[in-house]
This record gives sequence, structure tokens and C-alpha cells, in this order.
Amino acid sequence: MAEEVKTFKVTIDNITIDVAPGTTVLNAARQIGGDVTPPAMCYYSKLQGSGGKCRTCLVEVAAGSSADPRPMPKLVASCRTNVMDGMVVKNITSEKVTDARNGVVEFLLLNHPLDCPICDQAGECHLQDLGYDHGKEGTRYEFKRRTFEKEDIGPYIQLHMTRCILCYRCTYVADQLTDKRVHGILDRGDHAEISTYISKAIDNDFSGNMIDVCPVGALTDKTFRFKNRVWFTKPVDAHRNCENPKCCGKATLWLRGDEVFRVTARKDEWGEVQSYDGKAGWICNTCRFDKKNSSDWTIEGLSKISRHSVIGANKYKTLEMPRETVNAVMGGRDPKLLMNIHNVSEVNNPSIELSHIQGPAHGSDFSHSKDHVDGAGESTQWGMKK
Amino acid sequence: MSRKLLLEKAHVEGIRHYDVYRREGGYRSVEKAFRMAPADIVEEVKKSGLRGRGGAGFPTGMKWSFLAKPEGVPRYLVCNADESEPGTFKDRYLMEFIPHILIEGMIVSSFALGSNRSYIYIRGEYAWIVDILEQAIEEAKQNGFLGKNILGTGFDCEIYVHRGAGAYICGEETALLESLEGKRGNPRIKPPFPAVKGLYDCPTVVNNVETLAAVVPIINDGGEEYAKIGVGKSTGTKLMSACGNINKPGVYEIDMTISVEEFIFSDEYCGGIPNGKRLKACIPGGSSVPILPANLLLTTAKGEKRLMNYESLSDGGFATGSMMGSGGFIVLDEDQCVVKHTYTLARFYRHESCGQCSPCREGTGWMEKILLNIEKGKGKISDIDLLWDIQRKIEGNTICPLGDAAAWPVAAAIRHFRDEFEWHVKNPEECLRTNYGLAHYADPIHVPVTG
Repeated sequence: MAEEVKTFKVTIDNITIDVAPGTTVLNAARQIGGDVTPPAMCYYSKLQGSGGKCRTCLVEVAAGSSADPRPMPKLVASCRTNVMDGMVVKNITSEKVTDARNGVVEFLLLNHPLDCPICDQAGECHLQDLGYDHGKEGTRYEFKRRTFEKEDIGPYIQLHMTRCILCYRCTYVADQLTDKRVHGILDRGDHAEISTYISKAIDNDFSGNMIDVCPVGALTDKTFRFKNRVWFTKPVDAHRNCENPKCCGKATLWLRGDEVFRVTARKDEWGEVQSYDGKAGWICNTCRFDKKNSSDWTIEGLSKISRHSVIGANKYKTLEMPRETVNAVMGGRDPKLLMNIHNVSEVNNPSIELSHIQGPAHGSDFSHSKDHVDGAGESTQWGMKK
Repeated sequence: MSRKLLLEKAHVEGIRHYDVYRREGGYRSVEKAFRMAPADIVEEVKKSGLRGRGGAGFPTGMKWSFLAKPEGVPRYLVCNADESEPGTFKDRYLMEFIPHILIEGMIVSSFALGSNRSYIYIRGEYAWIVDILEQAIEEAKQNGFLGKNILGTGFDCEIYVHRGAGAYICGEETALLESLEGKRGNPRIKPPFPAVKGLYDCPTVVNNVETLAAVVPIINDGGEEYAKIGVGKSTGTKLMSACGNINKPGVYEIDMTISVEEFIFSDEYCGGIPNGKRLKACIPGGSSVPILPANLLLTTAKGEKRLMNYESLSDGGFATGSMMGSGGFIVLDEDQCVVKHTYTLARFYRHESCGQCSPCREGTGWMEKILLNIEKGKGKISDIDLLWDIQRKIEGNTICPLGDAAAWPVAAAIRHFRDEFEWHVKNPEECLRTNYGLAHYADPIHVPVTG
């Protein structure tokens, strides 16, 4: 009996799960996974105190707890609201939430330059994902967007404040990971900016991690800027014996051929740095910026990346598909899928293993597919033919 | 002439100093309170029905009883004197003319809450009042009402005055606490509430100047006696700071039984509208609360006379009512332009948004730009619906109430004065030269729910 008390039952979008007390609604939803998980732009589970700012993870609490089943009057930030026993939460099943979230996304994109075609973050940008999921095709904003000068903060990082959504994650990195914090938020309101006081260079062994936590392209790796697009590079897991005791030495290398274009920390399915034995796997600047030869590293194999926006080569081979939950929560109705595209088009025929196509896919790759739908082996050969 | 509790002695010669204040009966409540148990003082405040005078109107006694009391952890009382709401200047008046009543109320409240260090967070612009308060604190200390072992009871209490640096947001209680700790004044995410984790992560009560001053008459006369003044849940007296197009702007202490009409037009209070103009609209409780057109201001939608108290002013919800707020009573006559007025407020909130959460940071600036366009005759009819949609997406979705405070004035202006906005759009040249005048606002105007 004692064990029963230890967990709280929480229902999110009609799916019930038992979680430990003190879990936030967002983390409970992440344990369920799939579409019922609210997006989070500012919350970062490895950074203490983060979250609550971007308001994309707002959810409706239809019942506070079994002891007090009254609904909460306002939408709450799921990343900073702890679950109560018997809590009933509505995320994608609530029109109020969808409406508010669309509004928040519109606000986030209001002053964002939308320069994705020249932005290094494109392809793995959380704001891009959010925009695709919740954004409108046009903007209602008719005014000049807020812009800032680009700024070099230290030898490795460039700050492009125009793209920033003020999630505060990088300031938490500076506060919690590095010794002497020299950067933070200046000014307030829509003219607030991330900056160093005053124009100091950031010189710290772990400063590079703020590039990893940045959800947009505001902080970019100067050793990688404009070198390549992320979807042309192949992510592989690798490790090395790093002398820095605080560095975990486990990283993802982004390769093209044998050339290491970029080194990042390994990320989990929520875009956060992975944990090893409960410790966040931050990497030091030496690993990130200086070890750009594949001989520096022991390569373990292809990285598993479950972010749907990264379209790296061979990515689909090891892709962990997110659990489909829309069907379950919407009572069998699937609002996203109005028709099966494969009935009318040959493009992206599911029986074709895209990973086996060498180089970019062409229309011709698909036009013969009817003859070659029998098995994976055959489609490999068919891919090789090109 | 209604009864005065706070400002009764405000104009006695030399009341700013301890000797005169004491001679006029000051610090009696401290002597009385120190013979009571702290829990009984809280009970007395509960009985009085005193509601927070800062704007939200939360019952003070209830707030005090929520204060967590873990062993070995200090508790704090913080006085919110960061009076930054446009139109509100009652606390300034109180602190400037009769500073000892605040100090007295704070000593009693500190004793009731068990706070040995209490803070007055005052807005930086009130620089000269800091000196007045510090002098009052010094005088109280010399006379044994502050410091160690007050009146031989063994209770220690120090009061510190802390100056803000000019941010409206630091009037929000958690932003105030952050600022008091020396950090950037960003509101905290609640829960935890300050009653559990406030200043330096310790249980904290944050109260408005007027609320703490009202504790003095409550202890002197007893909570039940205090509750007899006023009507319903609006007990005691309230300071109103009246400004705008009235003959006698200033701070008035009212007992919340008088009607809005009497407050505006009687010679005892505002003294009517100057130059024979007619009343157009009014913001009854500081810039954040919804603006009301004259017809809805003087009578409620049910046709009853609207009174100057919490319930009556909010009668009808936001559709046909407003709020008591912080008591910043702003009157607009027929010459005033509601669009320009709304733009001015939107500009203020844009400037004062802390920029922490996205709806407020981006939405306030957007609203300001659209309103400026409409004001300058460059607007479109669709802009009015767009404004409505923006404010709807800000309200309730932000960390702190600043988002709501920015959204409500815009919403109310469109709700009640939509025809004036449309006139601005349709008469782009005329609107630069003249104002719309009195609006045809007798009937509530239909406003679309979605954009």
C-alpha cells in the first residue's frame, strides 16, 4: 500500500500515467511522449530555474487534483507546474491551448528575421519546428522588425541578437556551468538584449555549451558558421579521453566524408543534452572547437536523432519514431492526415528506403518504384543504379 | 463629510515629526498591539475585512494567515511603496505628509507576522520621501519603537528603506523581491508564492503602503469597528487620487459608500468638470483597469447607481464594469481622444514590460504601433479587430499581471469606444485636427470574439 502513495496519477489528453511527486506536467507529458508533449522553447531540464518564459508549453488544467478537482482559471506553464494526484491536463485536446499557443508562436516570430535560408541553425531549429506546427503562413505584423548588430562574444561564439527569442537559457549556462559570468540580459521589454557587460569576450572552458542550448540561431559556432548545412552532414557518436574533469568527452561529430565540420554535445529526443548517470553531458571548448580531426575521436557509430527536422544522411536507418498518440487521444480521429498521399503520388513511397539513395533524390528515383516495391534489398540495388 | 482614518491628522502642523504625531495619539496601536498575541492581531485584521489597497483587493488578513512559519527561518514584511501606476499618487501623499502612520503600521504588522527586518521598497523617483521616511524611522528608533527590545517586550525590529531604480514592473510583488535582493527585476513564476518562498527564499508578506497604514486604526478601534465603515466587503476608508479633467484634483479619503456621481461632481471631492464640459469617460482605478464611458460609469448595466467601492465598480464584470484597482481616478471630458489616450497607455506598457515572457514583450510593442497608426490616421478597420485579437492573446497568458494590465485598457477602449476608433480610420485627416467628442456609447457595442 505504501508504494501506491509514492506516485501521482495524472491524465494528459486522456492518457493516464503514474509519475513521481514533484514531476512537472511537461516532464510527465514527456514520459508519455509523442504529440501530447507540449513544445518548450525556454525550459531546459538540465538548467536549474529555466522555463516559464516562452509560454509555448501552456496547458489547460481541467481538474487540479482528486482532492480539489476544480479547474485552474488560467492556462498554466506546464514546465513550471507540478503534477498533483488526480490532475487532469488538456494539451492538444484543448482549443484554448491551441489558440493561445498559436498566439505565442506569432509573438515569437514577430521580430524574428526569418532568415532561415542563411541561418546555421536551420534544419535543427526549435523555432522552425514550432513555426511549422503552429505558425500561420502569413504575418499580420506590418512594421519594421527589431534588429541588432551582430556581435562576437569571444573567439568561438557569435551572437546574432536579431534572432534571439530571449529564452534566458544561455544566461543559465553562464551562471551554472561557467565560473565568471560576464553575460546576461541588458535593458527590458522588446528592446532587451543578451550581451556581455560591456562588450567583454567570453573566455571560459564551457562557454560553447550555450550554443547547444540556444533554441534558435542566435548563438552560433564560429568554427562552423557558413561551412555547411546541417542536413548535408552526417552525425556520428564519438568519444575521447578529455583531460578536463568536468567534460564528459562524449560528443556528436557532424561529418561530411571524413571531415569533421562540427562537434556538439549529444542531444536527446527533446533537443537537450543527454545525461550520463544523472549528470548532464556538457562538453568543454577544447572538444568542441579544437578537436576537428576524426583521428582525435573514437567513433562509435551513427547518432540516433529523433528530431524530425534534421534530415541527415542515413538518419532514417536508426530513427526512433515518436509514438503516435494523436489517434489515441482524439478517439481514432486523426486531424493532421486528411488523405493518404501515397494513393495519389509516387513521391516518398514508403517502401523506398530513402537512406539508400546516394546523393539527392530525384523524381526518377520514384517513377519506377512500382516495379520495385518488393523488398528492402531490391530497393537498395535500385538506389545503387542511379 | 465622511469619516477619515488615515488623513485625519495629515495637516496638523509638524505632524511629520514624532513629537507632534505622538501628541496627536500616534503609536498607541503599537502599545496596544504589543499586549496582544500576534495571532490575535492577524485575527483582528481578518475581522476588519481590510482588502489590499495596491490594486488586486485581496483580503489582507487572509494573506497574513497564509504566511508559512517554519522553525529557524526568518520571515519578512515588505512594504510596496513602488507606486508607479499612472494616475495613482495616494501613497506618495500619505508618506510625504504623515510618514509615521506607515512606520507605526509596519511595526504592528511586523510584530503580528514575526518579521524582525522589514523593508520599504520605494520608487526611486520619490527621492525626497526617502529622506522623510528615514527621518521618521530614526525618530521612532530614538523613542524606543524600533530597534532592539521594543517597549521592553523582547521583540526586535528594524525597518530599511530601499530605493527602486525606475521600473514599473518592480511594483509587482515578486519582481519587487528580486529587485530588493539586488537582481534584475523580473517577476518570478508562481507558485511558490512569497508567503512560502519570498525574499531570500524566506516566507514574506508584501503589502501596499495604504494597507499597512490602515492597520493602525484597525488595532486602535478594533477590527469590528473598522468593518462597520463602508459597505459589504468594502470596509474601511480608501484613498483615491483623482486627476484629469476635474476642478479639484488631489487625494481624497472616502468611506466607500458615496456614489461615483457624488465623487466627481460634489464640491467636497473632485468638484465637477471644468469649463462647463461634459463627462466622457473615466478610469476609476489606475491606468490598468478598464475605461468606462460616462453612462456605464454613473449607473451599472442593471440601472443601479454605481458606488465608489470594490463590488460596485466591478459590477457587470469587464463587459460593463471596471475595477477599484489602486484608486487612481482619471476623468476624461468630451474633448479628450480615447484613441490617443489608449495609445499613451500602450506606449507606457510597452516601455515597462520586463521582456521576460513572449506575449507581453512582443504584444505590447505591436499594440503600441497599431494604435499609433490609428491615432495618426493611417489605420485600417481590420486593425481594430487585430488589436482585439492581440490583447486577447496576451491576457492571462503571461507570468505576471503586467500582461493583463496592458491588455485591459485596450480591450475596454475597443469595447466601449469602437465607433471612435472607426471614426479615426474613416476620417484620417479630420482626426488629426479635431477630436471625436462624445461617443454614441449608450448601447454596448458588439465586439467579435475572435480576430
